[in-house]
Amino acid sequence: MLEITNLHAKVGEKEILKGIELTVNAGEVHAIMGPNGSGKSTLAQVLAGRDTYEVTAGQVLYDGKDLLDMSPEERACEGVFLAFQYPVEIPGVSNLYFLKTALNAARKHRGQEDLDAVDFLALVQDKTKLLGMSEALLSRPVNEGFSGGEKKRNEIVQMAVLEPRLAILDETDSGLDIDAMKAVAAGINALRSPERAIVVVTHYQRLLDYVVPDYVHVMSDGRIVRSGGKELALELEEQGYGWLGQEAA
Amino acid sequence: MVGLDRKRPESAALEPRIRAAGPPWLDRIRADALDRFAGLGFPTTHDEEWKYTNVAPITRLALDPALRVPAAVELSAPGSLPKGVRLCSLAEAFRAEPDLLEEHLARHAGFERHAFVALNTAFLEDGVLLHIPDGVVVEQPLQLLFAAAANGRPTVSHPRVLVVAGRGSQATVIESYRGADGSVYFTNAVTEVVLGEGALLDYTRLVTESDRAFHFGALHVRQGRSSSFTSHSVTLGGGLVRNEVGAVLAGEGAECALNGLYAARGRQHIDNYTTIDHARPHSTSHELYKGILDGHAQAVFHGRIIVRREAQKTDAIQRNKNLLLSEDAVVNTKPQLEIYADDVRCTHGATVGQVDADALFYLRSRGIAQAQARHLLTCAFAGEMIDRLKVEALRGLLAETLAGRLEAERGGGG
Repeated sequence: MLEITNLHAKVGEKEILKGIELTVNAGEVHAIMGPNGSGKSTLAQVLAGRDTYEVTAGQVLYDGKDLLDMSPEERACEGVFLAFQYPVEIPGVSNLYFLKTALNAARKHRGQEDLDAVDFLALVQDKTKLLGMSEALLSRPVNEGFSGGEKKRNEIVQMAVLEPRLAILDETDSGLDIDAMKAVAAGINALRSPERAIVVVTHYQRLLDYVVPDYVHVMSDGRIVRSGGKELALELEEQGYGWLGQEAA
Repeated sequence: MVGLDRKRPESAALEPRIRAAGPPWLDRIRADALDRFAGLGFPTTHDEEWKYTNVAPITRLALDPALRVPAAVELSAPGSLPKGVRLCSLAEAFRAEPDLLEEHLARHAGFERHAFVALNTAFLEDGVLLHIPDGVVVEQPLQLLFAAAANGRPTVSHPRVLVVAGRGSQATVIESYRGADGSVYFTNAVTEVVLGEGALLDYTRLVTESDRAFHFGALHVRQGRSSSFTSHSVTLGGGLVRNEVGAVLAGEGAECALNGLYAARGRQHIDNYTTIDHARPHSTSHELYKGILDGHAQAVFHGRIIVRREAQKTDAIQRNKNLLLSEDAVVNTKPQLEIYADDVRCTHGATVGQVDADALFYLRSRGIAQAQARHLLTCAFAGEMIDRLKVEALRGLLAETLAGRLEAERGGGG
């Protein structure tokens, strides 16, 4: 589903991704771990199409199509979803209206009719309940005045409504208490299916107790330096990331 | 034809109208105003208060006086005004409430230093009076509609409104200015508002003139003790527009909130000049003007706040926020604080910026196309001001009008 080959990207003059190689197949859950500054979030943002990063080399194929050639909205409509590490506050746009506009954009892309108001509301209420998010937040402006945990739940509500085929979760676990963590994990697990792939970017092993990955990758200095099964996450939990520097030396 | 050359209003054409029937005190004021206008002439960009707004295009127009149509005061819902409320033409008011008019008309909108107010006053013969007696609450909003119809040649009109809100009265008023698309005319409107002790007035001035029209509108308010005045100055149309709001907080504990929203595109020029005069202690003013500029549009915001020596415990906040949608749009924003009291809180701030890049990416990453995402964020920026309007029907109408104008521009106007 996703094939990343020799991906290089920079912001300004600073090269951050220095040759990423990663293949993710449908039905798989991948965890990308690594210390701060290793390039995990940059990889997530580049895959979503953020233009502050310039791709200088490499290729990303999504279902065989050139992902880097698509606009952010095309990627989203094709089924790519990024749960933001720092969800953006949008005063003046209600959460519900935002969700409806986003869902209908994707439906239009697929040649489907807009969802009618009643069905849409039922769908959103259903997902909101699943994520344990207060329904009152739906009529509030997007993320405005939300707590850290509410913002993260809101990301997962969006994901649940949009039902992406490739979900990339950027540090969705950071700043969550254990209840919120479980709710978010339930939302992610509900999406797991043989047709979908999930990439979880995280600093800690914590979330992986609830969302058990098929593969774990360790990033350091813009590259994936180790890959393994779920046991690799536990190993990292015990050893930390200190060994990365030594190995490179 | 009345030529409106600087320092040369053609008095021959004016005189017969000046001599129109009216009480002697008004004749005197009109004659003074005419003299004053002749003395002042139209402002130029050398005047500090007009630095960014050039009114030369108005002075170059050969303007016919608009066909004199007596103010027609008909209620769309007849008989529904509370007892004692008078909403009538000034012509009728001269007969019915001569003392009230003599006390207030042309007493609050000073023309000594204001050419356009002087011109309006010189031509003052008809308009609208709204008088709400003490303690009366008018539940339903009242709309005063000024429609300009230019019949071939450009015309000029000088609408005049006087609102006297008695002690403890309450009302919601909408002044609406519009004209046929593409027509050229000059509307020179002056409104005076007097609020008695504890009166509560919500006042909207809605300018949706033709994009080739000129509009000068002055709203002068005098507030009594513990009164509360809220204005919403909304400008979506007009080629060259100058809105002035002047509030004098003349009684202790008076509150005023000045809200403004302007959206300009093409070569529109919209100037908002506000003055809040804190004359007595414990008064509060909250001012927020927001602008959206596209194409080659220009906007000016000048916010003057005066805190008199005795106006201790004044609380004044002024903000002006501008969203630029094109590289060619221009905003000039200028706060002017004159504080003579020492125990006050006055803050001000102005921003000029583009659509937030993070918000734009966030929306796009959810599948919303770039143009739609920009549109959504732009409407949301204006939404804060629209939400403040008291009349629900107006909120819906304005949100729609604004969305339409912004889309038209995106669709390749310019």
